[in-house]
Amino acid sequence: MSGQTPDTRVDEARREFLRNAATASVLTLAPGVTLMTAGVSEAQAKVDPGKRWGMLIDTTKCTSGCDKCVAACKAENGWRAEEGSPTDPQWIRKVDVKDPKTGFAMSLPVMCQHCTNPPCVDVCPTGASMQRADGIVLVNRHICIGCRYCMMACPYKARSFAHEEVPENEKVPWAPRGQGCVEACTMCVHRVDAGGIPACAEACDKGAIVFGDLNDSASEISKRLAQFPSYQIRADLGCDPGVRYARLP
Amino acid sequence: MKPRLTRLAAIFGIGLAVALGATAGRAGEVAPRPIIDKTKGDCVLPADQMRREHMNILKHRRDETMYQGIRGGKQSLRACLDCHAVKGDDGKPVSISSPKHFCRVCHDYAAVKVDCWDCHISVPDKAAGHAALKFRAGSMRAEASGLKSYLEGGDK
Repeated sequence: MSGQTPDTRVDEARREFLRNAATASVLTLAPGVTLMTAGVSEAQAKVDPGKRWGMLIDTTKCTSGCDKCVAACKAENGWRAEEGSPTDPQWIRKVDVKDPKTGFAMSLPVMCQHCTNPPCVDVCPTGASMQRADGIVLVNRHICIGCRYCMMACPYKARSFAHEEVPENEKVPWAPRGQGCVEACTMCVHRVDAGGIPACAEACDKGAIVFGDLNDSASEISKRLAQFPSYQIRADLGCDPGVRYARLP
Repeated sequence: MKPRLTRLAAIFGIGLAVALGATAGRAGEVAPRPIIDKTKGDCVLPADQMRREHMNILKHRRDETMYQGIRGGKQSLRACLDCHAVKGDDGKPVSISSPKHFCRVCHDYAAVKVDCWDCHISVPDKAAGHAALKFRAGSMRAEASGLKSYLEGGDK
């Protein structure tokens, strides 16, 4: 493409408009009276109600003893678990299960299952436990009072309470943690909003964690789910988790 | 009658003294002010509005981030830090534990506790050793990397 055809000029203008739309604007009507334009915010919004983020975990690829996903989550979100501490947070944990009758064993990571019908959101007295329009379940720690009802309600034991103060040198800019609040896997919402995939899915070198849009039939996760049988943990509870497990060939 | 007049005069006198004192205080800058580096450009709003409204802007943005995923930009807490961070004796930006921190300069005086920094890191990202959000090569979602390259002028 050389030279400015009318077509490329329009294209440039469109790119310029989209780039500018991403910067916020505040209109001053009179001293002390400002109008923060809502339209601009809408253009910036990263939450797409048409999406339903989910994960598929391939338990044939996940191996016992490997905790790369857990380590990646810790590094990304700035939490750590002391060995044997009764108060340590666990945003994601590796679980080894074995059928005592057959001896069949498998290993799998368990984190917030990002339910469609999350019981943690039902019980929250302040509205802090919330579900984004794209299905990601979060704790709005700005309004969390630390009552821990959600921890009791969660059938997956996915949420932790931050007992300890977070030292300044352990704070992470994109994943703030606070003492006295409940916290859990955020499906790396900051990475997803920036166009990435969760840290655990990126860290798994065996490709055991597939992240994607469950509503998009063309996405890799949807294709695999359509092709192979998968299951939700405690599907009988009707929470409809967005995290699914499968023994893929 | 006379004692009453004296009392009124005394009350008026005290009132006048307080008013004068307050004016003198303002003129003499009794209240501490944060150091504003004008070379970094204008703030999000004019100074008098920022003084009154910064908390509302931050609160509004806080909800936008939680519910709509809107991050960064001029109205973010990170942007406040990037411009207003104060360097300590060691040349590095001070954290909230120092009374020199730009938030504390006013908030200590006003006796208003700021909770933001209980969770959020109170020094700019670079000072804390966080360069930027890192993605492993090829781990961007396909539709997102396509949009990114489109905005940056690459292939459609």
